[in-house]
Amino acid sequence: MTTQAGVAERLTSLVGALRAHGVRIGTGETVDAARAVGELGLADRELLREGIAATLLHGPAQRQVFDAVFDLYFPRGVGGPEQPAAGREELRDRLADALAADDRAMLGRLAIEAVDGFGGYGSSPESDGWSSYQALERLRPQTLMARVRDTVRGQGGATGFTDRLLEDEIRRRIDAFRALVAAEARRRVAERRGRDEIARRAVAPTADRLDFLFAGQDRLAELRRTVQPLARKLATRLAARRRRAARGAIDLRRTLRGSLSTGGVPMKPVLRARRPARPELVLLCDVSGSVSGFSDFTMLLVQALHDQFSKVRVFAFVNRIDEVTGLLEHGRADPEGLGARIQAEAAVTGYHGSSDYGMALGEFAERYADAAGSRTTVFVLGDARTNRSDPNLPALRQIAERARRVHWLNPEQRSRWGTGDSVAPAYAELVEMHECRNARQLSALVARLLPV
Amino acid sequence: MFTSVDDVSARLAEAGYLASRAVATTVFLADRLGKPLLVEGPAGVGKTELAKAVAEVAGARLVRLQCYEGVDESRALYEWNHAKQLLRISAGRDETWDEARTDIFSEEFLLTRPLLTAIRGDDPKVLLIDETDKADVEVEGLLLEVLSDFQVTVPELGTITATRRPFVVLTSNASRELSEALRRRCLFLHIGFPEEELERRIVRLKVPGLDETLARSVVRVVGTLRAMDLRKEPSVAETVDWAHTLLALGAESLDETVVRATLGVLLKHQDDVLKASAKLDLDAL
Ligand SMILES: Nc1ncnc2c1ncn2[C@@H]1O[C@H](COP(=O)(O)OP(=O)(O)O)[C@@H](O)[C@H]1O
Ligand SMILES: [Mg+2]
Repeated sequence: MTTQAGVAERLTSLVGALRAHGVRIGTGETVDAARAVGELGLADRELLREGIAATLLHGPAQRQVFDAVFDLYFPRGVGGPEQPAAGREELRDRLADALAADDRAMLGRLAIEAVDGFGGYGSSPESDGWSSYQALERLRPQTLMARVRDTVRGQGGATGFTDRLLEDEIRRRIDAFRALVAAEARRRVAERRGRDEIARRAVAPTADRLDFLFAGQDRLAELRRTVQPLARKLATRLAARRRRAARGAIDLRRTLRGSLSTGGVPMKPVLRARRPARPELVLLCDVSGSVSGFSDFTMLLVQALHDQFSKVRVFAFVNRIDEVTGLLEHGRADPEGLGARIQAEAAVTGYHGSSDYGMALGEFAERYADAAGSRTTVFVLGDARTNRSDPNLPALRQIAERARRVHWLNPEQRSRWGTGDSVAPAYAELVEMHECRNARQLSALVARLLPV
Repeated sequence: MFTSVDDVSARLAEAGYLASRAVATTVFLADRLGKPLLVEGPAGVGKTELAKAVAEVAGARLVRLQCYEGVDESRALYEWNHAKQLLRISAGRDETWDEARTDIFSEEFLLTRPLLTAIRGDDPKVLLIDETDKADVEVEGLLLEVLSDFQVTVPELGTITATRRPFVVLTSNASRELSEALRRRCLFLHIGFPEEELERRIVRLKVPGLDETLARSVVRVVGTLRAMDLRKEPSVAETVDWAHTLLALGAESLDETVVRATLGVLLKHQDDVLKASAKLDLDAL
């Protein structure tokens, strides 16, 4: 593939690119990776991928970024495929066969041909030149579904019960092919424009560092799949905090009673077991288009944590506020549909469709005053962009006075607070406001701020 | 221990463990680089089994530290046998305290626990620290110490250093995040659900009586269930259990009745059973 010296250099650039994506790699790991390359040799690219991943990474969340970056620095090949590009119909024929046979190696080769034949645009060498979007648009692999299904059936590959699995299976194979095409297009662009730049710009960040405000539907879906494991981790941390809080005090009477057997010398301090009542939680969530990804995710997370609290109530608003606790409970089985259900079944908008924090807070303080009492911690989720309407500061102040604590989680970066129609600084004077742009920040905040 | 990645695969297979390329590569490197292997992944994907298989092919003794909430130094490293010490003291009434003390803090009264066992002696060993995520965070400090220098200090006896380092495997179900420091000590391996072909081979290996076509269908159904976004996805252990069940029932192929009757072997939550039944059309009669 390359000379040994070239490899060392690639490895260093690869590490650099990973660091730029927030993966923390020390020199020790880099040295290990170099030793791994020495042990494994360069002949088998997939071994190399696994070996380098094992030495550099420390967790599964980094793997997606790693794979994309690895493909750039240790590419499958250079340039285009050996054969000249095939025609569109011919390529679709071969793709249909490969999908029917679930032939991974062939799908990989076809992805290369697809980008080569249909992904190129522009003619000057300076232009970007390769687009997976364009290649997939021309090839339309999703339209092969019926044909592939019939082929498999024709070969007797799906009789009886398993026939009903077939379409889902083919859909998953098509998705995998799309991912291969995307990776190949990235590789080709990188060849032209220099790997380092592409590695920086075109590789998507890990799901937990994904900016809530800029994530597309598919990445939000990916993020939602992390809710349960994240909730489990947070629950253990909260339990630990609770245990620590419960330890502390020494029960003097029981310690002395216990010391009778040791001749009155208090050997074992008896700790008072405190059983604090589990706290109550109220969530006020802006579910308008701009921040709904953030709100949905947070609501699902809190729902998954609900047994940590004696009570959880969730309210959603755009410019009117309505309780959605019930919708959320039923939503556990179908997190994808949560947003749509809230829009359809709750009264969150009035005359117009844009956010109005003043109205929503006012309505909450008025209609649900009893929801936030002295044992309640309130979280407000939103960007505090209130479309130039009255922010209604007294309403928020009133909520803050009644509740035990109020925290505001803002998905916008701090430097944008107060720009345009954002009234974040005014609200931040009344309650603690925290920047919360991605799942990583959210879980850190939740672990720190949730009452135990 | 191994000559190549392929050698790892071949020998693990003889011990009844079918390794993916990623698993074989990482085991090979852990041996060559002499680093502990941290294996993370959902329950039932063969993490514990891997450590056992490595021990078997290496002709090594498996020393296992099973972690749980509250496991501590005295369970993980060593403790003094107090009862025996007391007996010894009361038996030798007329010696001085100093004499007694030197005696009761000697080898004879030491109870070695897995971490200490693993670094003593010259025979080859595999140290399995199983379900590390269940232990409290404080235990990680202890692990880190032992795994850094492979030595343990017993104040009364001095420092014990491994003359032969064990092959170390730590497993975790990721119920909590292990510390960065511990992760850095290790090679990292994530074992997820296997590819269809590998899982089919595992089923054939573990349930040899099962018909080839049925084994294939079994794995396909499990694959479809895993794509359903369930609360708890069926793991390899469940696939194998299901295959055993079908064999015991004498099923020759899958149909709605047999799938509906046995879905509980694969899915542990009622919500999941309902969701899967709907998506697989099990209720349509
Ligand atoms: N790659 C594999 N080769 C052979 N058996 C496997 C493999 N993966 C999983 N198994 C089966 O799955 C069962 C559960 O594995 P186990 O090691 O207990 O899982 P874990 O420790 O990950 O929870 C084992 O008894 C074994 O039958
Ligand atoms: Mg296990």
